Amino acid sequence: MEIIYLYDGSFEGFLCCIFDSYANREVPSDIVPEESASPTLFETRSVTADKSRADRVFRKVAVLSGEAARLLRRGFLTCLEHREIRLYQLVVKLLREGPGFLQNLADETLLPVLKAVRHMEGEAQLLRGFVRFSDYSGILGGEIEPKNHVLPLLRSHFCSRFPNEQFFIYDRTHREALFYTGGKAIITTLDRFEMAPPDETEASYRRLWKRFYDTIAIKERENPRCRQTQMPKRYWTTMTEFQSEKYFIPGRSSEISHPTGILPTV
Amino acid sequence: MELLEKLTILSDAAKYDAACTSSGVRRGYREGYVGNTSSSVAGCCHTFSADGRCVTLLKVLLTNRCVYDCKYCINRRSNDTKRAAFTPEELAELTIGFYRRNYIEGLFLSSGVLRSPDYTTELMIRALRILRETYRFNGYIHAKAIPGTSPELVERLGFLADRLSVNIELPSETGLKLLAPDKTKGAILAPMKQIQTRAVQGKEELAKYRHAPKFAPAGQSTQMIVGATQDSDLHILRLTQGLYDHYRLKRVFYSAYVPVVENTLLPSIDTKPPLLREHRLYQADWLLRFYGFRAEELLDEQTPDFNPLVDPKCSWALAHLDFFPVEINTADYETLLRVPGIGVVSAKRILVSRRAGHLQVEDLRKLGVVMKRAQYFLTCRGRMAEGLHFTPDSLLRNLVAAEQPALPGSEMEQLTLFGA
Repeated sequence: MEIIYLYDGSFEGFLCCIFDSYANREVPSDIVPEESASPTLFETRSVTADKSRADRVFRKVAVLSGEAARLLRRGFLTCLEHREIRLYQLVVKLLREGPGFLQNLADETLLPVLKAVRHMEGEAQLLRGFVRFSDYSGILGGEIEPKNHVLPLLRSHFCSRFPNEQFFIYDRTHREALFYTGGKAIITTLDRFEMAPPDETEASYRRLWKRFYDTIAIKERENPRCRQTQMPKRYWTTMTEFQSEKYFIPGRSSEISHPTGILPTV
Repeated sequence: MELLEKLTILSDAAKYDAACTSSGVRRGYREGYVGNTSSSVAGCCHTFSADGRCVTLLKVLLTNRCVYDCKYCINRRSNDTKRAAFTPEELAELTIGFYRRNYIEGLFLSSGVLRSPDYTTELMIRALRILRETYRFNGYIHAKAIPGTSPELVERLGFLADRLSVNIELPSETGLKLLAPDKTKGAILAPMKQIQTRAVQGKEELAKYRHAPKFAPAGQSTQMIVGATQDSDLHILRLTQGLYDHYRLKRVFYSAYVPVVENTLLPSIDTKPPLLREHRLYQADWLLRFYGFRAEELLDEQTPDFNPLVDPKCSWALAHLDFFPVEINTADYETLLRVPGIGVVSAKRILVSRRAGHLQVEDLRKLGVVMKRAQYFLTCRGRMAEGLHFTPDSLLRNLVAAEQPALPGSEMEQLTLFGA
């Protein structure tokens, strides 16, 4: 009997799917967030998130293997297709066989998760460099368009880099934003967001950076393929040096909105 | 002069310096300061320029005015080029402006020699002090120590910078005499020695007092120009090894000579930069630093230059076929690293994974081993990859073909040996 679990899209909700599967002695054929579920012929079960149940599942995994707990937490943030069911299978295998198989890095249950997590960590490492901030009257703001939910991985780096600043990073793909102000950081969903045009100082820094970027390349060594391997084009959309002319022209003062309005108090 | 124009002149004049890394030091959050240094071992690239090089630091000269007349250098006194200079204040403000916008990881500050090495270094120190003290900048700084600077000033520079470097420029003394008559081997090596001695001393002080100020915590590096003189790869690699052994350098950089000037002592102006040669030297440099190879194993008097067709590790393997095949399930780490197609990461993964059970040939690709190179040199439980037949001759051909698509483009025409 095939059954599909629906959950609220949260990590806790997902952990509760694992709990329910054991409580009901059934194996879901897929686990999907309610909002992205399409009508199906299979039977479905809506799983409600419950913090204490989620904690029990996570603690059990963490006791068996710290590495498995890390993969579970991180794997959930990746863009791996059917990540929920793959992570579910990882936990099932862990509970059935113990943590020994985690040593075999070529294991077929482990490998896809491992690869997805490596991919995400690679993306986060690139973005630590590729994020571009603009200064809006003292508040730094930037946008990214990642494949994975990388904001949680960027948080500690940028908080330690700019401890005395106020900043935000908007994730266009997942419509989430990381806000940091007064020494505290939060990540929240943010459906609509648009960057304000730059003021004169900001526009001049953009021009300086673009000029530096264009000058630093050695013509005799030009190598577009190498550049693209190191820095895939999908990152270029939010990087200052690849924007069109308009980006470098200051907006009229009436257009330059003060973005403090969107900074929530934390 | 406008800031935009200054930046253009002074970054254009600095771009031939190959070193641009922000590695070697981890420094987190510091109360009241701006910035940290990358938590990643390899540093952090903020963009890649059109030539495919990582851009991590704001790489500029303080000034491109210079009293020296090194033949290969665009900033030499006799060259008719536009000159500019940042004021220390200007440069510090620009660095912070770039850093806050996350354009850069920090500053790479070099300079032409204005009046004298000491005078120039004092200007550099002033810029760095404004950055560190007024702006409370806690990010990465790489500073050039100019040969001929007095030891007291190098000392002060080292307490402001994370990494210092002195460029060797030309790999031999004859080359120096010919092309950089104002620089001597002694003047280059003296600050290198000083930096090394000071770093050792600093570690002792740090052991005694936890808050002792750190002297160039990310160590020192250097650069050599490849292809401006007749020096062989063997000569360059031996020199590199000596620098790692005796001067504890963190990195040696190679810079393929880009002709910027017509001079009878130099390769002609239409010479293409020897990118493939530079690439081979970097590959060999990696073998010295991470793979336990010695220069003498890779090259000798009979073959003083690298084979353009295969990488240095494959070359070594082909010359030592009796060392292979290596049994993946029992070989130690050092032996695994000798197999072409197995790197530091995949060797470590093999060590972990074989604890869980015997590895099969099919598992290796999943562990990140590059099988199109490695398959000829290994066995798993005594078995080679299925259906693999080769002779020493076809082996060479296959290895050449395996690397070819990834090589620097400009010299590929010479390499069509097996193409047609």
